[in-house]
Amino acid sequence: MSMSQHIAERASESQIVSLHPSELKDAATRLLKSDGRMQMAYAWYPEPGRIELRYVASIAGQPEFAIWRCEPDGPVPSLAGICPLLSWYEREIMDLFGVEFLDHPQRHRLVLHDGAVAPCPPFDPAYPPDALLQIRSAKQSIPDIGGANGDVQLLPFGPVRGDVLESGEFLFFYIGEAILHYQPRLFFKHRGMEKRFEGLPAERGIVLAERVSGVGSLAHALAYCQAVEAAANCTVPPRARFLRVLLAELERLYNHLHYLGHLCHTTTLKVGEAEGKLLEERAKQLNCRLTGSRLLRSILTVGGLRRDLSPGEWLGPELEALRQAFAAYARHLENTNSHLDRLITTGKLDRRVAFDQGATGPVERGSGVDRDLRRDHPYAAYSELPLEVAVREEGDAQARVQVRMAEIEASIALMPRVLLELPDGPVRSDYEIEPGAEGLGWSESPRGTLFYAVHFGEDGKLKRVKIKSPSFSNWRVFPFTVHDTNMMDYAINEASFGLTIAGCDR
Amino acid sequence: MPQWTLLGLLQGKRTAPWPLSEGDDGQAGFLGMPRYQPGECLEDCRACAEVCPTKAITMRAEDNGGPRLDVDYGRCIVCQLCTEACPTDAMTTSPDWAFGVRRREDLKWTDHPSTSSEAGPSACRSFRRSLHIRHVDAGSCNGCESELQALNNPFYNLHRLGIFFTASPRFADLLLVTGPVTYAMHGPLRATYEGMAEQRWVMAVGTCAVSGGIAEGGYASGHGLEGVLPVDVYLPGCPPNPAAVIQALLMFLDRMPQRVNGGQIVE
Repeated sequence: MSMSQHIAERASESQIVSLHPSELKDAATRLLKSDGRMQMAYAWYPEPGRIELRYVASIAGQPEFAIWRCEPDGPVPSLAGICPLLSWYEREIMDLFGVEFLDHPQRHRLVLHDGAVAPCPPFDPAYPPDALLQIRSAKQSIPDIGGANGDVQLLPFGPVRGDVLESGEFLFFYIGEAILHYQPRLFFKHRGMEKRFEGLPAERGIVLAERVSGVGSLAHALAYCQAVEAAANCTVPPRARFLRVLLAELERLYNHLHYLGHLCHTTTLKVGEAEGKLLEERAKQLNCRLTGSRLLRSILTVGGLRRDLSPGEWLGPELEALRQAFAAYARHLENTNSHLDRLITTGKLDRRVAFDQGATGPVERGSGVDRDLRRDHPYAAYSELPLEVAVREEGDAQARVQVRMAEIEASIALMPRVLLELPDGPVRSDYEIEPGAEGLGWSESPRGTLFYAVHFGEDGKLKRVKIKSPSFSNWRVFPFTVHDTNMMDYAINEASFGLTIAGCDR
Repeated sequence: MPQWTLLGLLQGKRTAPWPLSEGDDGQAGFLGMPRYQPGECLEDCRACAEVCPTKAITMRAEDNGGPRLDVDYGRCIVCQLCTEACPTDAMTTSPDWAFGVRRREDLKWTDHPSTSSEAGPSACRSFRRSLHIRHVDAGSCNGCESELQALNNPFYNLHRLGIFFTASPRFADLLLVTGPVTYAMHGPLRATYEGMAEQRWVMAVGTCAVSGGIAEGGYASGHGLEGVLPVDVYLPGCPPNPAAVIQALLMFLDRMPQRVNGGQIVE
């Protein structure tokens, strides 16, 4: 049995520990002391009227994740003071499930908008189906920062911004060029995607997972499929596991190329922008030629792939040509002082803040946090392939760029290995879902860690699907690099984080 | 800085000749809207209708020996599940992506499509060589944005066609909307539309904006632009590729013909 099969089987029986709410704080403190890390928290209804909280944590040196189960018998102690990254998860649970968290430092709404009126929390089984939330007032919970003479000004920007951008509103409290405080108001794009999974057969969920965050379609589908496979104890055939790595790296490639082009847009390096976006287009056209979809959709399924792919003779040379074009592009970027001047020391994210607030992906690796699910919790065929994880210590925009550049190189080096070692055989295996089964799946998307937790009901249909997207984590972190900086650097700093709003808002 | 100028010059012209002349449109291998061939349908088979996640395919209530399915491409998210479920060739994969149309009905399959496509509103013809677009993301998955952003890469180079994205709705002629219209984006979307000067037009890009798509319904998502804004151009797709967006825009400006009538490409 190969290592990853072994892991897949162990993951399906991840250690689930039951805790009483009063034990949560001690458990969290112990976890952090032993170099563990909290990954996410969510709630679900095992049956109407009974809520259960779940906490997912990684334990140092262990490929399996630890899961805590906790049934609230009243307000639950907030862990945000011990583990700040949990703050947003707890606020989400307050908004969508109505669970109270004691002594939460930020009690205002996160996912639901301030003026939204709901008959009951939207995930309550009693919520009337298809009853659209209504916004009844324009009240906003924003901090009161006026200054003694009212010299601090407020600039609300959005939700409809310039150019072709995702919707989100950003509040700048500023004096002249200096930003004193920055607050993003997100979740304008909240579509209630997690609830759309409920009642569907496992197979149908993929179509939804692919449409949670368009530029992470493959990573979402992969994490979802692996969660269902863990629940069903299904072993994916070797050829499919290798092809999944190929597809995941193709997604990383076009995303990171877009990132570099867009960053040049913010530093007004016009030819650099054009070149980056042209390379992205080339990568997307490769995706299209290989799978029929520029965003790598409609190819994964539970148990493997929907159909076999034949990368054949053409993909290798195309990747090599792209590698050479990228190497020249990267060399030019690294030699352009006007570009580097805007990146070096911009948007500095301290290692401690990155860890405490839950930064993920190239953002945390640019701040010296050495973590990558592909290596630490391997899935698909990653444990059978050589993988270099790039880490930089500086924590500024340039460090985040360098991590991504190194990842492009690593991806283009990894893909020919996959083509070389690609085994023959079937690409799909059958599976069966036991009533009440549950599973956890994950993938290292281009933007960082992505988790899917799935719970099946007694009818074998999906009962609850929780999605932890990387941008949910990184939006939480991002403001820490904006407070006390200046307006001029804002757009560059935002681009250097490579955030999506769709993934965060769901 | 001279190194960049040199790099740009050395690259030569990287823009596709399409759509100004025949040539590569960059969509090789693209899996577009499945093609419906009613003659191939098996009796009592419901496989495609059962597997369709957005009810783009439904069984006709009356069975009079004619086509058994209602196929609405305005609801299709090109997931290709029907082409896999179909035991015959009634639903097959196709490269068809040029699905920009003026009327919602044109996206519904019929066995007698009209071949003459209706000309656009005469007022928009004065914008033929210069159109300004305001984009609003009304809750998309960012897939449509990814393809819309690609329009300004050197390969498609939308500027050369005299079509520009603008920041202010005051300067915009066309409102281009993506996403199913979430409860929180309903207000900002309406406000943007109100902010545009008359003559203004609206284009729904992506199946979410046309009909709600995969996210339709529930506690936070709407049904696309239906009942929210009057729509002048519909372009389903999940997402529509950049060439499809260009085709739909040029069709709106009467610079290209409408390719689809009665839910199929009419030559």
